[in-house]
Formats: sequence, structure tokens, C-alpha cells
Amino acid sequence: MNNSLILIIVTTALVNNVVLSQFLGICSFLGVSKQIKPSLSLGGAVIFVMTISSAVANLLYTFLLAPLHLEYLNTIVFILVIATLVQMVEMFLKKMSPGIYKALGIYLPLITTNCAVLGVALTNVQDGYGFVESVVAGFGTAVGYTIAIVLLAGIRERIDESSVPKPFRGAPVVLLSAALMAIAFMGFGSLAL
Amino acid sequence: MNKYVERIYNGIVKENPCIILMLGMCPTLAVTTSAINGVGMGLSTLAVLIFSNLIISMMRNIIPDQVRLPAYIVIVASLVTIVDLIMQAYTPGLYSALGIYIPLIVVNCIILGRAEAYANKVTPDLAFFDGVGMGLGFTIALTVIGLAREFLGSGCAFGVQILSEEIFHPIAIFGQAPGAFLIMAILIAILNGASISTRANDKVEGCDGCCATCAKSCDSKEKEEAKA
Repeated sequence: MNNSLILIIVTTALVNNVVLSQFLGICSFLGVSKQIKPSLSLGGAVIFVMTISSAVANLLYTFLLAPLHLEYLNTIVFILVIATLVQMVEMFLKKMSPGIYKALGIYLPLITTNCAVLGVALTNVQDGYGFVESVVAGFGTAVGYTIAIVLLAGIRERIDESSVPKPFRGAPVVLLSAALMAIAFMGFGSLAL
Repeated sequence: MNKYVERIYNGIVKENPCIILMLGMCPTLAVTTSAINGVGMGLSTLAVLIFSNLIISMMRNIIPDQVRLPAYIVIVASLVTIVDLIMQAYTPGLYSALGIYIPLIVVNCIILGRAEAYANKVTPDLAFFDGVGMGLGFTIALTVIGLAREFLGSGCAFGVQILSEEIFHPIAIFGQAPGAFLIMAILIAILNGASISTRANDKVEGCDGCCATCAKSCDSKEKEEAKA
């Protein structure tokens, strides 16, 4: 049991990295990766929201949608629940722990439209994960996202100081770095799991 | 130029959502492993976009301003579910190839972005043609990127072998995940070289313009934070 959970974490975080092999959450991956510190905060917010939303989505699916045979409504239900959840988490943090709110606050609304969150909820249902597995998969995916965005931010801080050929300045060189990172992450695919 | 033709021209060339506005990057990178997948994704997005633009434009005076985003999301999510079920029934091959990216059309920034930036301000006929133009622009861009990746990755075009492996050594990486980033990088670099200005090089912070809608709210929020 424990082994299979570790397997899920390794698979979701490294082998099937959400950004570099699934292409989810590209917008924020390219947008908020200018410096390491903000990307760490965003990563923290994503871990927080994705873990909770995977849990909530799984409970909703198991106890509401599946018994009522409304599985085809899962896209609508999940996106609304995630949007509401993010709002609630935001209000809750603002009231209960201003410290965390200050660190994560402005990134929380971003996450509503982050397709990775909805993507994980839907993938968990497709893979038939139970409650614990869903939460672990959500957490692992978010960790993978954080790893990728922080690494890219580190690379970009260096790129800023080097001279890039003019047509490649801005987005192209970032995409090229992402491409090289994706090649590196393909190496995890050969892990004997 | 006729105002309807102008909307379509605008969507395909002037404000191509994929290449100039840089919206909807996730499906652009993910499903363009082959030209056919690009066409399939483009057309399903086109269908959702036309109807969401049309419905949102017709309801623009009914939906209260404060709850407009949740309302739009429900409309778009319902349309996506319809498309999802239709594809599952009639094009099972494509459905399994596109997989999770069909339900994820809901969070495609192009759709909410057009709703917020255009469809909720104009009459339904204009919104309809805007949807057609933007959808076609997206479809064409995805098809071209898919074609390039398929050709470089396997020497095929639309699943037909064009160059045999003896003449042309396929570069397999273009068919895999890194190829998507690579081809986008090259494409934007070419546009930059030709000095065609794209959103890619605008200074964007926060939401990175992922949604035209949320960029604004982030801005005001950041200012609030700064004050506090």
C-alpha cells in the first residue's frame, strides 16, 4: 500500500511531470517564472489548492455524482467547485493566517484558471483512484509543478544576465529552456518502477 | 470591408489567438503531435467558441455584472460537455487521442477571454463571426504546428508517409513533449525576426494574460496588497 503511494508521487511529480510532459498550467509556468521567490510562492499555493481540490473532487464524485449516475456532469461540477474552493481558501487564509495569505494571496486567484487543477481532478477520476490515492496524486502533481517552475525560474535568472540573439529574446529562449528541461525529464521515464 | 468578413480576417490573421495573442498554450503544445489531432482540437474549440460567444452575447443584458464569470463558466462547461459526449459517440479514435484535453477546453483562455473582451459587449451576429474567426485562426495554427511536428517527427503528413526513412531521418523528439516547446520557440523567434509583434514579448506579470479577464483583477489586487 505504502509502496503504491510512493509510486504515485514519483510518477506524478517526475515521470509524468504535469508541465513538462502533460502541458498543463503552461500559462503560469511561463508567466510567473521570472524569479525564484515568486515561483516558490506560486508553487506553494498550487500544492495547497491542488491537494485540497483533489480531495474535494474525489468526495463529490464518489458520494454525489457516481450514486446519481451523473458522471457526465463532472467537468461542470469540478470547475465550479474548484473556483468556489479557491475563493473560500482565500477568505479563510485572510482571516485565519495573514502570514500565509500574504505569501500566497495574489497567486490564489490565478489558480482558478490553472488548467492543471481541473486536469488532475479529471485524471484522478479517469484512473479510478480512491480517496487517499487522489489526494496523494494531487499533492505529487503539485510538487512536480513546483519543481518545474522553480527550476525554470533559476534558469531564467541566469539567462537575464547573458546576451541572447535578438530574435530569441523573451519568450523563445524561455521555451527553449523548457524544451531542454523536458528532454531532461524524459530521462525519468526510464526509471524502473 | 464587410464587418463580418473583418471579424474573420481579424481572428485568422491580425489577432490570431494562438500565434499573436498567445492564448490557449496548453492545448497548443499538448495535442499538436500530429496534424489530425490539431484539426480535431481546433474544430472542437471552434464549436464551443462559436456557441459560447453567441449565447453570452445574447445574454449580455440578463447576466448581472458581479456574477458574470461563474455564469460564463457554466455556459462554457455545458457546451464542452456536449462536445465531449458528441465526440465520444461519433469520433472515438480522435476522442481517445485528445483525451483529457477535451474537457479542459473549459479552461482554455481563448474562450473566456473572448467572452470577456468582446462577446459581452456586442450584438450576437458580430459575436458569432468573432467566434468563427478566432476558432478558425486557432484551428489553422494548430494544424500548421501539428503538420510541422508530424513531418519532422515521422516524415508523415496527415498520417501519410511523405518521405521514406531512407531519404529523411525523422527527428523523433519533435513528436514527443520537448518538440512542442522547441517548435513554439522557433515559431516565435521567426515572428520576432520578421518583427511581427506578438503578445509573447509584451511585459506581462501575474496571470501572464492567461485570461484577459483575470489579468485586471490581479493588477488591482497587487495594488491593494502594496497599499496594505
